[in-house]
Amino acid sequence: MAPLFAPPTLSLRLFAVWGRNWLVWRKLALPSLLANLADPLIVLFGLGYGLGAVLGEMDGMSYFAFLGAGFVCSAAMYAATFESLYSAFSRMHVQRTWEAIVNAPMTLDDVIAGEWAWAATKAVAAGICVLAVVAAFGFVRSPAALAALPVIVLLGLAFAALGLAINALATGYDFFSYYMTVVLTPMLMLSGVFFPVEQLPSGVQVAATLLPLYHGVSIMRPLLSGELAPGWFGHLAVIGAYAMVAFYIAVVLTRRRLLR
Amino acid sequence: MNAVALEARALRKSYDALEVVAGIDFSVAVGECFGLLGPNGAGKTTTLRLCLGLTEPDAGEIRLLGEPVPARAREARARVGVVPQFDSLDPDFSVAENLVVYGRYFGIPERVIRSRIPELLAFSGLAGRADALLPTLSGGMKRRLTLARSLVNDPELLFMDEPTTGLDPQARHLIWERLRQLAQRGKTVVLTTHFMEEAERLCTRVAILDRGTIIALGSPSALIAEHIEPQVLEVHGPGLTAWIAGAGAHAPRQEHVGETLFCYAEDPEPLLAELRGRADLTTIHRPANLEDVFLKLTGRDLRD
Repeated sequence: MAPLFAPPTLSLRLFAVWGRNWLVWRKLALPSLLANLADPLIVLFGLGYGLGAVLGEMDGMSYFAFLGAGFVCSAAMYAATFESLYSAFSRMHVQRTWEAIVNAPMTLDDVIAGEWAWAATKAVAAGICVLAVVAAFGFVRSPAALAALPVIVLLGLAFAALGLAINALATGYDFFSYYMTVVLTPMLMLSGVFFPVEQLPSGVQVAATLLPLYHGVSIMRPLLSGELAPGWFGHLAVIGAYAMVAFYIAVVLTRRRLLR
Repeated sequence: MNAVALEARALRKSYDALEVVAGIDFSVAVGECFGLLGPNGAGKTTTLRLCLGLTEPDAGEIRLLGEPVPARAREARARVGVVPQFDSLDPDFSVAENLVVYGRYFGIPERVIRSRIPELLAFSGLAGRADALLPTLSGGMKRRLTLARSLVNDPELLFMDEPTTGLDPQARHLIWERLRQLAQRGKTVVLTTHFMEEAERLCTRVAILDRGTIIALGSPSALIAEHIEPQVLEVHGPGLTAWIAGAGAHAPRQEHVGETLFCYAEDPEPLLAELRGRADLTTIHRPANLEDVFLKLTGRDLRD
């Protein structure tokens, strides 16, 4: 058994946990994918075309393309978050699935790593669905947009890890409202999803650069037009750092909660 | 004695200021059915978690199937089955899927588990239910499926944490029957329970835990012989208060609990003679059992 602050041990056993969640999801895949497609379709159509007609161009592109790139990132954020908060909490606390797994020759680190990979997988599915909608409307300019995939993966890992850390502290489902309202909603508004960050007061702009979603949007938007953002490596590094540090924190907090 | 399947030495575990396991020693031989008994909060479940390597002891040593725990707990758990206290089956899966997915945690290929499913389900009284969905199962069926799940890796040792709590008599008897069959196959069983009747029927030896220490250890019959007079009379009724004064003469030990007088005696005949024909008193005469020992040693106060 790992000491509380030991680095997480990653093993291929995580795929047994990933596979368990995959098997459950497969039963509900169709409605889940339809929701992943329909939501951005409806919102992008309404805001992209409706609001876009009033706004005209934004940052030198149609508002639909502008918003589409932002939504790819925010969809990944919300998908990873919901999976690592509400669904993971159900498995950890309500269904006692994690308890059953660690009675087998699996470690808690295996479980958290499997949940991490799984929530990131859900984020990738959601991100690709939005990407497909944006592409279907003709707003993905270049095959270079395929490079969006690793960005979505990284965003998924970052928000999944953050969610798992919050999950380890949760007392019930209501606990997650704080995180959703106090952290995620402001992040959605400050990260340049709906309007350029430059519209914000300069102090707030600086604060925005601390947010992983901001860095995701900053790299995603040029990418969908076939350009690599200046400072792309720095953006990726910030998201990657969020993923790694938050995962470590999630592992420590979950060990503290369950291996007492 | 046979080889040792599980051994705990000087085991201690505290949560904050409370010492939940306060220095316990026991060893379980291969093929034994060993019971851990104790009131709520006595440290039974913590002891099981320590033995499985799910929490680290503050002091002491554990060897499970020859492996040091928690250092090599994962390797030990590969050869162990667990029936946890609370239902942890996957509600989104069918009966068969529950077994297949659980087997994967042991690294057992799906093909191998699938081939064993009919046998596992037959053993658990769930034959033909492979495709049943979890929400359609009764509490007893879920418990039996948990038993089947704990056997997917053909374990050498089974931990069962209150395996029959909340079950109806039919389901309870089926679990007992299966435990006996497992014992005949040479499996070691470590069981916690609140039901003394269950422990008395199944366990070769029991340890009674209270406040983190083992206060009695031995076979149920030896514990009864050691701690309790062989015969018990339970007397209650409107005439009790008037009668109590006279009862002491014949019962070396008596206990007045609420509206009932418990009399413990080597020879109950004089008492029975006195009680015969009294319409204002109801008497139950029975042999002493493990529950009498348990209550004598741990007291009658509520523990929650």
